[in-house]
Amino acid sequence: MLTKRIIPCLDIKEGRVVKGVKFLGLKDAGDPVSVGRAYDRQMADELVFLDITASYEKRKTLIALVEKIAKNIFMPFTVGGGIRGIKDIRDLLNAGADKVSINTSAVKYPQLIAESSGKFGSQCIVVAIDAKRNGRSKKWQVFINGGRTPTGLDALRWAKESARLGAGEILLTSMDHDGTKDGYDLELTKKISEEVKIPVIASGGAGELKHFRDIFKKTAASAALAASIFHYRQLTVREVKRYLNNNGIKVRL
Amino acid sequence: MIAIIDYGMGNIHSVKKALESQGAKTRIVSKPGEFRSADKVVLPGVGAFSDAMRQLRRSGIGQALDEHIKKGGVLLGICLGMQMLFEKSREAGDVKGLAVLKGRVEKFIDMNGLKVPHIGWNKLDIIDKGCPLFKGLGSREYAYFCHSYYAKAGDEDDVASFTEYGINFASAVYRENVYGVQFHPEKSQNTGLKILNNFIKLC
Repeated sequence: MLTKRIIPCLDIKEGRVVKGVKFLGLKDAGDPVSVGRAYDRQMADELVFLDITASYEKRKTLIALVEKIAKNIFMPFTVGGGIRGIKDIRDLLNAGADKVSINTSAVKYPQLIAESSGKFGSQCIVVAIDAKRNGRSKKWQVFINGGRTPTGLDALRWAKESARLGAGEILLTSMDHDGTKDGYDLELTKKISEEVKIPVIASGGAGELKHFRDIFKKTAASAALAASIFHYRQLTVREVKRYLNNNGIKVRL
Repeated sequence: MIAIIDYGMGNIHSVKKALESQGAKTRIVSKPGEFRSADKVVLPGVGAFSDAMRQLRRSGIGQALDEHIKKGGVLLGICLGMQMLFEKSREAGDVKGLAVLKGRVEKFIDMNGLKVPHIGWNKLDIIDKGCPLFKGLGSREYAYFCHSYYAKAGDEDDVASFTEYGINFASAVYRENVYGVQFHPEKSQNTGLKILNNFIKLC
């Protein structure tokens, strides 16, 4: 049976991990390879590297970094952040990334999803959706540019459209829950994961063990992504997976 | 020397790096003449079956692979590379494969909430413990999968492991000197590296 995935997410700036990663025994907590290896030892199922380098010119550091990661870490990893077109995608995949995550550009140019999945295969195209609830309704709106720009797009419709265009997975972040540590957005994730036919990765809000159980028991999410809870060693990936296993959720241990 | 075939379909560098991490000497080749001297060949690949087959035929690599197998060379197909070992695929009608193994390639049907593609870590139910690739593996081994199609082996004797995803599909196959794995050993951490190490040690 397919296991549920636990995916740590790392923010990368100019080739370094940012947001202090407080791993025990890491000589250089800013080195993405050391951090990746540490997560590898904890049985992380995948890694997501999100590049937040502001200047496009400095993004060359990202390619060198991806090559270094691919050489040292033998598990799947996704790279996202600032991807503008086919060339960016090709460069990242050639450097060794298994998947790329596209957010703003996918909304602005939906054909990018079709074109890139046609060229490189659906399995490596992840569409990232940042969604925020419209008031008290059961509707969520898609935001782009790092959550700064509302698009008027309905999150469910956009998720379905992304799948239709050829996305292989949806990385769904709840802007309402992100950073709260109050748990994943179960309503949003349930709605989207039950209605789209491609895997959905839930993101935003993980704060304690039961949040991981809830997202898998109450929604059809295929994976759960978390950043700070792992970076600050509040929990290790292995602890989360043991807990899920004890709660009857299939994980790889 | 292990030749890794580059025919423009997918991430060959991670296969190369994983093999090298296990001490193998590798070479990326893209022309039929370039792997005549190789004792082992890896056929990786992701993407569309029909495009990949067209590339193999057009470049002459398909025929060179046949020759490699006939003279006793070892071949490992990974993911799409495994699927192409079979006779045909249902992808976009009926497309002919390399037909090294009997059987055909089918699409997962997205029923009962089954997500397609099948992405993630799934268990290897090893039915042939004698398969050289699985030497030294335990009974609870997981590998990383990423695919929408699966191989339906025509001869169950060729199947080394099954994996369950809605149905039981062949996740590893072998016949004589030809091996195929549906999962990505190069992305399957210790389990995958062990399998690649076993592959390197095959004579």
